[in-house]
Amino acid sequence: MQTALPAPGTHAPAPGDHDYAATGIDARKVGMWAFLGSECLFFGALISSYLLYRTRAPQGVKVPHDVYDIPYTSVSSFVLLMSSLTMVLALAAIQRGDHRRLRIWLLATALLGTVFIGGQVYEFTAFTHEGLNLSTSVAASSFFVLTGFHGMHVTVGILWLLSLVGMSLRGQIPSEKSLNVEIAGLYWHFVDVVWIVIFTVVYLVPSNH
Amino acid sequence: MEETTATAELAPAPAPEHEAEHDAHTHPSPAQYVGIAIILATITALEVGIYYINMPDKLLVAMLLGLAFIKFSMVAAYFMHLKFDGRLLRRLFITGICLAAVVYFVALITLDILFG
Repeated sequence: MQTALPAPGTHAPAPGDHDYAATGIDARKVGMWAFLGSECLFFGALISSYLLYRTRAPQGVKVPHDVYDIPYTSVSSFVLLMSSLTMVLALAAIQRGDHRRLRIWLLATALLGTVFIGGQVYEFTAFTHEGLNLSTSVAASSFFVLTGFHGMHVTVGILWLLSLVGMSLRGQIPSEKSLNVEIAGLYWHFVDVVWIVIFTVVYLVPSNH
Repeated sequence: MEETTATAELAPAPAPEHEAEHDAHTHPSPAQYVGIAIILATITALEVGIYYINMPDKLLVAMLLGLAFIKFSMVAAYFMHLKFDGRLLRRLFITGICLAAVVYFVALITLDILFG
């Protein structure tokens, strides 16, 4: 049963088969990995900017490190980490042909992502009440731009997952098209690994202010 | 040697059916995914734990970066299937990471020297 299905993301090119490159790997998958490689440079720029400016603020003005709530952010990080588990379980479900579980795990992933975004909105609001906003200092700007762009990526991921749930309900994701879920999963896991770096470098690594 | 490797990467998959079987068999099972997630959660707890331990900053930073590297690698290898997919995909991603690391390390050092 399993072997009758095309290999997810791996296939020999056939005449007229435009989705498969000469590499034998689906062009969409190669494209997604190339995109993720370029995203490393994008987030690398934002993280570097934060590292460079994290202590630069006028005398007496708070920097992000003064207002971090590590236990709270740790829970958010845990939530996002667990969303990677539900995402990979969604992929495993569609590869088994289990559409009901696919939708359950995709919705669970979207829900966990929404909890993470809700947490970020709460955190930003709390920081604003502490007197830290986008224009307070260069340090605050670099923090909000970095974490804000990450949050935007998570939001795009949530919308993508919900669209997959809708497609699945309309029967548009048969098991042979599990690559659609795999590609969305690659994006989602990437957003998770970026947060792994942000959580450590931005929140946990001590700042000498 | 390099040329042979490049040719091998560009050549069409010789036996896709076999790769399909191989692919299906080598991907972790749902239970293994849960096990990996438990390890990741434990490492996160460890990170937060050592954050509160009083120790020299350099040691703390080294430990935190080490643990983050382990988490990053585990997600990329098992959840993103880099461990099981083709070398080409691995190289695309690692190239992006290495390029970012080198460019921004040099930029940070330079800017720190100039304006530090």
